[in-house]
Amino acid sequence: MFSYCTDPNALSGLTWLSCYLTTGKHMAFYFSFGTVLLLLAITAPVALLFGFFGASAARSHILPLRWFGKTYIALVRGVPDIAFFLFFVIALDQMIEWTRHKILCPEWTEPVRQGNDFVVCQAAKMPLGSAPQWVHETYGFTLAVFTFAIVFGAFAANVMFGAMRAVPRAQMETAEAYGMTRRQAFRRILVPQMWVYALPGLGNLWMVLIKATPLLFLLGVEDIVYWAREMGGSKTSKFTEYPHGDWRMWYFFALLVFYLCFTRISEIFLERVMKRLTKGQATTGGEAQRKAPA
Amino acid sequence: MNKLLLTTAALALSASFAMAETTRLGTEGAYPPYNFINDSGEVDGFERELGDELCKRAKLTCEWVTNDWDSIIPNLVSGNYDVIIAGMSITDERDEVIDFTQNYTQPDPSGYLAASADVDIKNGVIAAQTGTIQASFVASTGATLVEFATPEETIAAVRNGEADAVLADKAYLGPVADEDDGLVLLEQEELIGGGVGLGIRESDGELKATLDAAIQSMKDDGSLNAMIEKWEIGVKF
Repeated sequence: MFSYCTDPNALSGLTWLSCYLTTGKHMAFYFSFGTVLLLLAITAPVALLFGFFGASAARSHILPLRWFGKTYIALVRGVPDIAFFLFFVIALDQMIEWTRHKILCPEWTEPVRQGNDFVVCQAAKMPLGSAPQWVHETYGFTLAVFTFAIVFGAFAANVMFGAMRAVPRAQMETAEAYGMTRRQAFRRILVPQMWVYALPGLGNLWMVLIKATPLLFLLGVEDIVYWAREMGGSKTSKFTEYPHGDWRMWYFFALLVFYLCFTRISEIFLERVMKRLTKGQATTGGEAQRKAPA
Repeated sequence: MNKLLLTTAALALSASFAMAETTRLGTEGAYPPYNFINDSGEVDGFERELGDELCKRAKLTCEWVTNDWDSIIPNLVSGNYDVIIAGMSITDERDEVIDFTQNYTQPDPSGYLAASADVDIKNGVIAAQTGTIQASFVASTGATLVEFATPEETIAAVRNGEADAVLADKAYLGPVADEDDGLVLLEQEELIGGGVGLGIRESDGELKATLDAAIQSMKDDGSLNAMIEKWEIGVKF
């Protein structure tokens, strides 16, 4: 990176450190922070959406829809995350490839499962075998987002299901008295009021989601924990310009600081949102706000 | 004549389209000198050089992928990459699940790295990486086996006293022992494994034959020996 970095062995102290911290490998490490943040930025709203539809389905008056919603919540919440990540992603990937295989290569006669192997024709590969590496990475990342969204969507659905029930019955009765249909009452009365009940639970989920990102490496995405472990490991002078001992402690300490800062910022933000949502609500928080200026 | 030229050109073009198929090489990237991530963040090492040369000889376009050791076989079988090139010794147990090419290193004795020379290997605590030939070897002896997910952690276990010694390929332990005064390579060695080969899906016979031929040609002209010597992998062919 810097011009004086050509011979790291001759350097010492801060100059050495400045060179060390700007190697291509470290750049990949810094970049992976972006990957994690991007994952969170996409996953959170998608999971919220899944949760909302899950919760709406679970309290639906149409029986099959209700079954679907309740099964989704119960099933996904009950399976350990790590098992879900290992099993579901491979199954999903194979399902996509199997479907493409059936459509794109109808003339193929060999079985897809050959012993341990899962064999589809080249055209059905997802992504294509000839695709550049970034396509593979993006595909892996998309699978990761989808899996995270399904898992956390189930928890969010349960939280929102509870929150929808927590909205005072009197509010809904009033809506009915005004002649609103079920749908209107749901949209105009229930949904705007449920957030205040859902937020503590959703906030918790957000915190758990932040800390669950190291599961990314299970899906082949190189995340911050992978890089910290890789770079913290001791390096001998034969294989690197910057030999050092076991520095994993320092790298993980940096991760600790990152996660603590990030969760703290989230807490502050969530508190603000809570304040806003409480405004004018028939809760103790809302009541306290109403009385405060007086 | 013109038509003939055009047809050959078209044929050549379609042939080169078929060649554009990428072969994905999966490695661990944490086991120097076999494979590791270098300072610029790329896969490097003996197997990087070997793999690139094999691809050149076999006229394949290759792409490097890193994967956790734990799930390196399942991911090959489900088609995430096409070749395992990760210092994987050929064993009967693995051969039941995947296929191997011919070996590109000689069966290399595994060595013990310990904090002192008078460690009791027979009854002590021995660290090894999960799912390696060394781990199954230690499990079959009287010693207590502790397993770790990465090679790095096995060494750390000896440094902090959790294990008495670590059993691994000598090529990996050598450079570590050279630079750490607190660790010594023991004299005792264990002859396990049948050399390292490329892991390939059992249904991928064509790729296996191509790579087998490429390895053979490297063995024949001595270029493989030169690489083994350069990276200090062990005995030459």
